[in-house]
Amino acid sequence: MSSPSVTQAPPGYADEPVVRLRHPGRWVAAAVVVVLAAMFLHFVATTPQLRPDLVLGYLFERSILRGLLVTIELTAVAMVVGIVLGTLLAVMRLSDNPLLRWVAGGYVGLFRGTPILVQLLFWFFLGTVLPRVSLGVPFGPELVSVSTNTLITQFAAAILGLGLNEAAYMAEIVRAGIGAVDRGQTEAAQALGMSPGLSYRRVVLPQAARVIVPPTANELISMLKLTSLCLVIGLPELLTTAQLIYGRNFQQIPLLIVASIWYLVLTTLLSIVQARVERRMNRGVAGASPRRRTRPALSGVRP
Amino acid sequence: MTTRPLADAAAPMVEALAVRKSFGDNEVLKGIDLTVGHGEVVSLLGPSGSGKSTLLRCINHLETLDGGEISVNGHLVGYRRHGGKKYEMRPREVAAARRDVGMVFQRFNLFPHLTALENVMEAPVFVKGVGRAQAREQAHELLRRVGLPDKPAAYPFQLSGGQQQRVAIARALAMRPSLMLFDEPTSALDPELVGEVLDVMRGLARDGMTMIVVTHEIGFAREVCDRVVFMDGGVVVEEGDPAQVLTRPTHARTRNFLSKVL
Ligand SMILES: Nc1ncnc2c1ncn2[C@@H]1O[C@H](COP(=O)(O)OP(=O)(O)OP(=O)(O)O)[C@@H](O)[C@H]1O
Ligand SMILES: [Mg+2]
Repeated sequence: MSSPSVTQAPPGYADEPVVRLRHPGRWVAAAVVVVLAAMFLHFVATTPQLRPDLVLGYLFERSILRGLLVTIELTAVAMVVGIVLGTLLAVMRLSDNPLLRWVAGGYVGLFRGTPILVQLLFWFFLGTVLPRVSLGVPFGPELVSVSTNTLITQFAAAILGLGLNEAAYMAEIVRAGIGAVDRGQTEAAQALGMSPGLSYRRVVLPQAARVIVPPTANELISMLKLTSLCLVIGLPELLTTAQLIYGRNFQQIPLLIVASIWYLVLTTLLSIVQARVERRMNRGVAGASPRRRTRPALSGVRP
Repeated sequence: MTTRPLADAAAPMVEALAVRKSFGDNEVLKGIDLTVGHGEVVSLLGPSGSGKSTLLRCINHLETLDGGEISVNGHLVGYRRHGGKKYEMRPREVAAARRDVGMVFQRFNLFPHLTALENVMEAPVFVKGVGRAQAREQAHELLRRVGLPDKPAAYPFQLSGGQQQRVAIARALAMRPSLMLFDEPTSALDPELVGEVLDVMRGLARDGMTMIVVTHEIGFAREVCDRVVFMDGGVVVEEGDPAQVLTRPTHARTRNFLSKVL
């Protein structure tokens, strides 16, 4: 039974016809999808209230484009705040210092434990309980003092709300990424005489990045959509701008379609970039094909 | 009575005195004394859990001691002696002290995101600040020395276990260490790949490298090593000439262990 059966195979095995597995379920699913699509197209075609002319007209309207720009800026700045602060928090959580671990843990607990909408409103209304922010000796003389309302503009409140919240999530992502790197890697780096900082930079983080990048790209895409929450503090990003317009002309649905189209364009672009970056990151992993790199220092061919 | 001179030629390469180490309630090293001279090749034998890896890691300060002390090349490992006290070193100072000691692990621990050549170049370039061109030259030389002249561009996952371990040896040698520590370098290898790694180690021994080798390869210990140290239960049970310890062990525990591995 355990003898190699290949050698005993009777002739003809190689070119016998193969009956492929059939998938009747796929046909049923396809039929359902076609019917639903037809119903949707019919709804669009027979509902003049959707006003495709208005949608087209507002798509490139100036204030909408300005709102779009604010959305992109908010996303970028809040994400940078989130990534930098999140990495710092992750390293703190993995540190030997119990106080740092505790502080970082508390931060993550606080910011993940309250709704982001509440946090946004909180920063926006901070001026009502803390009219002035001052720099100086703790409990001692003040050096500078600024009115909270000039310091925390709408944009600053949005960045604080979105960025500080994002940092809590990024901290968990970065921590998981660092945790996924084998302990033997740090030991090998240390055994070569690398300082803790150098081994983080050269050995741990580059490997952790493979685990960190995909969820970070997802975070970026969610952040793009989360910026629409700034509606509640009246910051004129994409959705707020659309709302301002439909508040005047009562064309809610066409303007919401305009905003949706832009959100979709941006998220689609980001998804494409995400796929590319992930493909590039998979260097040095079995199963993924490493593209031969062209930097001469790295190629194996000697001059 | 303050710090010792920089390089003490008279001092042994490694001197461990009454080394103790515990993990929680588990006392793993219970007072180890071990001296290794310059150019000596010593193999550490002992049953699983006897503390061989822990001792090697203590020598490289990957673990902190709970008692006793270790000196490498006349320098206290992990501490600075001053005015009759031992001061713990900062992580950076510990790191600098490790440059002189190479270590090879059972599971190779090559950096998977770097090619073989880059693995070997990494420490000279980023730790010592050697120029890239020079480091590359040296890395090619080392890969030749471990029998892999044609593999500089390969990533670790493209190499066999034996090849990976040889790259790992080249990587450790790139820092020009005066002491090499091997922790079961062939235990994770298929039997037919063990020989190529042992050959490289044999060559190192021939070139006069000081080596401490934890191994279950009794043949290697007998042929290559100047001395065999047998550990069990966190103490050195017996040590001496390989021919003597391996063929006529004086302790029952050594006999018992050897009867299982031979
Ligand atoms: N980081 C650690 N934390 C807790 N216990 C540990 C740790 N490292 C080692 N030990 C324990 O210390 C004891 C000795 O381990 P060590 O790895 O030194 O043994 P060894 O002689 O190298 O054995 P082997 O031949 O299996 O490698 C074991 O009981 C092990 O469980
Ligand atoms: Mg071990």
